[in-house]
Amino acid sequence: MSASELPALTIADLQSRLRRKEVSPREVIESLRARIENVEPKIDAYLSIDFDAALKEAETANVDLPLGGVPLAIKDIINVKGQPCTCGSKILANFRSPYDATVIQKLRAAGAIPLGKTNMDEFAMGSSTENSSVKVTRNPWDLSRVPGGSSGGSAAAVAADAAFGGLGTDTGGSIRQPASLSGLVGLKPSYGRVSRFGVTAFASSLDQVGPLTKTVRDSALIMNAMAGHDPLDSTSLPDPVPDYTKNLGRDLKGMRLGLPKEYMIEGIDPQVKSAVDAALKQLQSLGAEIVDVSLPHTDYGIAVYYFLATAEASANLARFDGVRYGYRAKDPKDLLDHYGRTRGEGFGQEVKRRIILGTYVLSSGYYDAYYVRAQKVRELIRQDFVKAFEKVDAIVSPTSPVPAFKLGERTADPLAMYLADIFTNTGNLAGICGISVPCGMAKVNGSQLPIGLQILGKALDEARIFQIAHAYEQSTNWHKARPKL
Amino acid sequence: MAKTSDLDVGYVSKLARLNLTGEETKLFQKQLAEVLKYAEKLGEVDVSHVETAAHAVPMFNVFREDEPRDWFTAEEALSNAPHKANQLFIVTKVVE
Repeated sequence: MSASELPALTIADLQSRLRRKEVSPREVIESLRARIENVEPKIDAYLSIDFDAALKEAETANVDLPLGGVPLAIKDIINVKGQPCTCGSKILANFRSPYDATVIQKLRAAGAIPLGKTNMDEFAMGSSTENSSVKVTRNPWDLSRVPGGSSGGSAAAVAADAAFGGLGTDTGGSIRQPASLSGLVGLKPSYGRVSRFGVTAFASSLDQVGPLTKTVRDSALIMNAMAGHDPLDSTSLPDPVPDYTKNLGRDLKGMRLGLPKEYMIEGIDPQVKSAVDAALKQLQSLGAEIVDVSLPHTDYGIAVYYFLATAEASANLARFDGVRYGYRAKDPKDLLDHYGRTRGEGFGQEVKRRIILGTYVLSSGYYDAYYVRAQKVRELIRQDFVKAFEKVDAIVSPTSPVPAFKLGERTADPLAMYLADIFTNTGNLAGICGISVPCGMAKVNGSQLPIGLQILGKALDEARIFQIAHAYEQSTNWHKARPKL
Repeated sequence: MAKTSDLDVGYVSKLARLNLTGEETKLFQKQLAEVLKYAEKLGEVDVSHVETAAHAVPMFNVFREDEPRDWFTAEEALSNAPHKANQLFIVTKVVE
């Protein structure tokens, strides 16, 4: 294999070559650098890359470690010591992380090399990566379309073989939806499974870090290194972490998969619907049983999500006050002017819109009608899943109702953009885990656009959804398709 | 549910310490009115018997040992400060 072919490898294949000493960690970084220099002008996935630091780490990499010598792309909301961490925002344009997030510490301990930081919707608020204050990332399958979001930079990088794997964060679908639109595997772990320490908070009761990868096995390998309890995150769960690769290769005989009737809404693209229908038949042929289930409060998910996520964001983003870090307005005449202008000049439009909505739903006189009511409906959504999981082992659905949409198509209409997360956000509200796996291609105006199948599992049941996703993936060829760039 | 016309973006922006331009105020007023109208459907749900859920996975009394550990030096803590002097953050004057 020539060096130029290396970046197309999966993490698992790269590791076997590293361990057989067919390639050195240094050659891996060099070959990836060449690939990035070639495709990055077309896709604009990265915000910053530190090749020198990566080459230095490659010199001492121990390839026998679980992810030894594997470079990873990191969403620019996760702190990597010494690298910028802009969250896609002007307000953090000059910020450099003085420490590693816990997930980065754990990945380093497993031998991985954080290579660079990827583009995103500002503070993870968006579904297309168009809300980045820095630049627009393009979908490698069709450069006139979005890669999905908010973790669109990591998705585009991995889809274009400009990264072997990447990290994203998922608050309402921000890993699964870009995975679906970019033809990748994206996992949102159960709430509390992965530490949030060192990950800039958007909505603290919903945020989770997870992998974007070319295969299910690669996703499981990253989760093996990254999951687990962290004393520095009081919401991280103390439960032991299983070996997520242990169920890979097991068949689906006797597996019961629920199909929620509420997900068969109008507005699903016909090509998405037929791809998901074909995936269900495939799962049946692998031994799974498809069972009708009902999640009656599904239709309220987006409304609940936008009240709770914005309320939490309005509180979390209060820390950007121009004192300890970040942008600060010039020559304020008093403290109120300092705060008002620093934030007004530093934040982009979607962030401001959400701070206003979140502040409003928490304000005196509206708190009970909006925020408290949304929390109660959230509990009903959670109970829907608890009841469904009494009947089935996992739930299947489309990940996104549509394939990748055009750049600029939804930016003028925030509500249309919010509806992009219609099948994913309830998983965050309920705290359960979910994975998106490639299940087809839509043909739109001569372009091939990936379609994703979502598999939702009970809280802490990642090993099972990995098993289902892997069995499906290995019985199809969708994961082998690569965009031509 | 409160009426969606109650939202006064100009007033809320003051609560949020977030200056908006006149154009942004007008745009958000219209867009958020649409979002609030969409969310009116939450009023249909009977929540009289439901406990409030702040988290999907409730955890209580989470403690760790209160022990000193290596963390930032003053220099590192100040490394991103927009305005600093003498190992201190310099803030805008609060009292006259």
